[in-house]
Amino acid sequence: MSLQDWTEAELGIHGRVLPVMQAPDAVLSAASSPVDPADPETVRLAADLVATMRVSPGCVGLAASQVGVARHVFAVDVSGHPKARTVHGTFVLCNAVVEEATRNEKGREGCMSVPDLTGDVKRASRIAVRGRLPGSGEEVVVETDAFEARALQHEVDHCDGYLFLDRVAGAHAVYARQTYL
Amino acid sequence: MEHVNHIAVTVIGHDRPGIIAAATAGLSGLGLNLEDSTMTRLRGHFAMMLICSGDCSPRQVEDALAPLTADGQLEVSARFVPDDDGVGPAGHPYLLTVHGGDRTGIVSAVTREVAEAGGNITDLTTRLTGDLYVVVAEVELPAEVDAPALATRLRTVGHDLGVDVTLRAQDTDVL
Ligand SMILES: [Zn+2]
Repeated sequence: MSLQDWTEAELGIHGRVLPVMQAPDAVLSAASSPVDPADPETVRLAADLVATMRVSPGCVGLAASQVGVARHVFAVDVSGHPKARTVHGTFVLCNAVVEEATRNEKGREGCMSVPDLTGDVKRASRIAVRGRLPGSGEEVVVETDAFEARALQHEVDHCDGYLFLDRVAGAHAVYARQTYL
Repeated sequence: MEHVNHIAVTVIGHDRPGIIAAATAGLSGLGLNLEDSTMTRLRGHFAMMLICSGDCSPRQVEDALAPLTADGQLEVSARFVPDDDGVGPAGHPYLLTVHGGDRTGIVSAVTREVAEAGGNITDLTTRLTGDLYVVVAEVELPAEVDAPALATRLRTVGHDLGVDVTLRAQDTDVL
């Protein structure tokens, strides 16, 4: 099926909202292990990631390590984001790898697991990511750009045990997150 | 030709609006040129360092900035520094990131490893938010340094301290 048509309804179960881990929790620093996309546990994890992402304001992606599960799965949804161009809606990828990455651009990133800081990170603005859909196990290649490309690279990094802090562009590229009254 | 001194000035203390405006007005009143400067807030405290040049003494600078210190909440100091533009050949630029739980000795352990490899730290910031301690340093490594080997040693140092350390080349895009 086309990735654009995929929704969490494909998973056939309702996800639970899970607590999100914060740095310096060790689970965020460990590389996640590959999963069997058809395993019911993977399907449940996918549904939980989407459910947790949905209830978190401003959250455009969530990796399994962020809910304390060291498995190579993440959810993304950049729909409606002003910096997005190509948008594939809600989707979950298992065992995803970045296959092509070109045109670096700097952008400001935040992360639910690092709630008090943001950082400028240079990332490819055009990428191709190969992964598998949870449940069917169907292999998909996501070709995308702009903010969706940034979100995918951020989530693949989580699966590899890296935070945006490991990629910031300079000594003065980390900022306290502004809280407005 | 007029005599030119280089003077290092630091202003540190309780933050309030107008410190930079008052300090720079005092310096320009002495005919001093602002060269390199940096200002930030460290856990809410105002902190500024700068190098200025012109024909006057550190004593004159401190006198000119004395109104800033009148309420006892700011400290100003000034001293001569040699004109030191060239600091030897530049190495290759790298970025070092450390993050993990707050504990004593993270910065010293990591920077010692960099120094032993002959690396020079050219810029460094640290931040503590909640339990998370973050260090980002810009490092120049001489061409002969084996950067991947240093990265491995830094990871080991970090592992012993329970923190994550990454060292990567800092690429510059010229546009
Ligand atoms: Zn994140």
